[in-house]
Amino acid sequence: MNDENNQPLIQMHGVNKFFGAFQALKNINLDVRRGERIVVCGPSGSGKSTMIRCINRLEEHNNGHIIIDGKELTDKVKDINAVRREVGMVFQSFNLFPHMTIVKNLMLAQQLVRKVSKVEARETAMLYLQRVKIPEQADKYPIQLSGGQQQRVAIARALCMKPEIMLFDEPTSALDPEMIHEVLEVMTDLARDGMTMICVTHEMGFARSVADRVIFMDAGEIIEEADPKTFFNAPKSERTKKFLSQILTH
Amino acid sequence: MSFDFSLIAESLPLMLMGIGITFKLLVISGVLGFCLAVGLLLMRISGKWYLNFPAQVYIYVFRGTPILVQIFIIYYGLPQFEWIRDSVFWAVLREPTGCAILALTLNTGAYVSEILRGGVLGVGKGLLEAGSALGMSARQKFIYITTPIAARLALPAYSNDVISLLKSTALASTITIADMTGIARTIVADTYAPYEIFMSLAIIYMIFTFGLQKLFGVIERYLGRYSRREG
Repeated sequence: MNDENNQPLIQMHGVNKFFGAFQALKNINLDVRRGERIVVCGPSGSGKSTMIRCINRLEEHNNGHIIIDGKELTDKVKDINAVRREVGMVFQSFNLFPHMTIVKNLMLAQQLVRKVSKVEARETAMLYLQRVKIPEQADKYPIQLSGGQQQRVAIARALCMKPEIMLFDEPTSALDPEMIHEVLEVMTDLARDGMTMICVTHEMGFARSVADRVIFMDAGEIIEEADPKTFFNAPKSERTKKFLSQILTH
Repeated sequence: MSFDFSLIAESLPLMLMGIGITFKLLVISGVLGFCLAVGLLLMRISGKWYLNFPAQVYIYVFRGTPILVQIFIIYYGLPQFEWIRDSVFWAVLREPTGCAILALTLNTGAYVSEILRGGVLGVGKGLLEAGSALGMSARQKFIYITTPIAARLALPAYSNDVISLLKSTALASTITIADMTGIARTIVADTYAPYEIFMSLAIIYMIFTFGLQKLFGVIERYLGRYSRREG
C-alpha cells in the first residue's frame, strides 16, 4: 500500500510529440503525486494543452513513456480505456452533448462505460449536480444554461466517472468574467477534497491559492516549475519573468 | 384558347387513381434507398480504403448519370442477359414497377449517403473528444453522439432529396407504369388537352410536396428540440 502511494500517480518520462515537422512537446519529464495540484501556464502554442491531452491519449506521444497509476499508455485500446476511466477531463469549450438534457449528459458514460444501472447513474448524476450547485437545471438542455453553468456541468460529468485524476484544459478561457468565479470555486472545492489535478489556466489567483506546484511551459518545454510562492515572487528564467510581467500587469 | 374545367373535373379522379402507385414508388424506394445510403455512409467513413473506394465509385456512377438513363438501362438493358432472366432477381426485374423501384433506390441511395456524410462531418470534434475522455468506445460515440446530431444536421438536405425523389417517380411513366404521370399522359393522348391535364397534374404534385414539407417540419422540430433556448 505504501509502495503504491509513494509511486507518482502520473509519470511522464522523456515525452516528445510532433505534429508533422513541428515539435509540440520536447523531452517532457513530469511526476505528479496522488493528491497533488498542478497549474500549467505559458504562452499560447507552448504545448500546455498538448501535454495534458497526451495524459488521456487524446493526442498520441511519439516517444517517451507516460505511466498513469502504474499503467503505461500504449497503442492498445485496452490500456487507453483503462487510463481514461481514471482520468477526467474538462475542456475550454465545455463539450456538453447538446442533444441531451443535463442529467442525461451525466448519465450516459456511467451507463455505457461503468455499466451502472439507470437508477444508480441518475442518483450519482444528481449528487454531483448538487456538488456543483445546479441540481435545478437537471432537465434542461445545455444551450439553456449560461457558460459558467455549462462548465460546472462538464466538471460534474467528469466526476460522475469517479476519476482519480482531473485534467482541466483552460476551463475558464471561454467564459465571461462574471462566470469565471463560479467555476474556479467548484475547482477549489475539488482541490480541497484531495483530487489530483492538472489545470492549464491563466488564472494566477487560482494558481496562488490552490496549486502545490506551478509549471511554466514555452515552445514545447517545461521551463520552470516551483511552488506558487517561489514561482511568482522569485522566478528564475527570463522567459518566465517576461510571461509573468505580461499577464500580471493588467 | 379556352380552359376546359369540366375536362379537369373528369380527369382528376382518374389521375388520383395513380396516387397509390406514386406513393408506393416513393415510400419503397425511399426506405430502401435510405438503408442503402446508411451502408454506403458506413463504408465511406470506415477509414478502410477497400470499403471507402467502392462506395465512392458507386456514388460517382449513380450521381454522374441521369436517372432516366438508369431506368432505361435496368428496364430495357438487363433483360438481354440470359443469366439475369434465370436468376432470382428476375421476379423483380420482369415487372416495370420492380425496375423503377430498383432504379430509384439505387439513385437516391447515392445522393442520401452524401447528405448523411455531410451531417456526420458537421458533428463537432470536441464532442467526440469529450466522449473519448469519458471512456466511450468508437461504436458508442457513433451511436449516442454522432448519429442523433448528424440526423438533425442532415435533415433539411434529406427532406430536399425525398421531395426530389417524389418527382423522379414520374419518370416511371416512361416504362409503362400507370402512376399519376402515366395516367395523365394516357388522358392527354386521348383528349389532346395537354395544358389542362398537365397543369392539374402539377398541382397534385405540389399538394403532395406540401404534405411532405409539413411532415419534415414536424420531424425537424422534434430532432432540433435541444437547440431552442426557451425551456
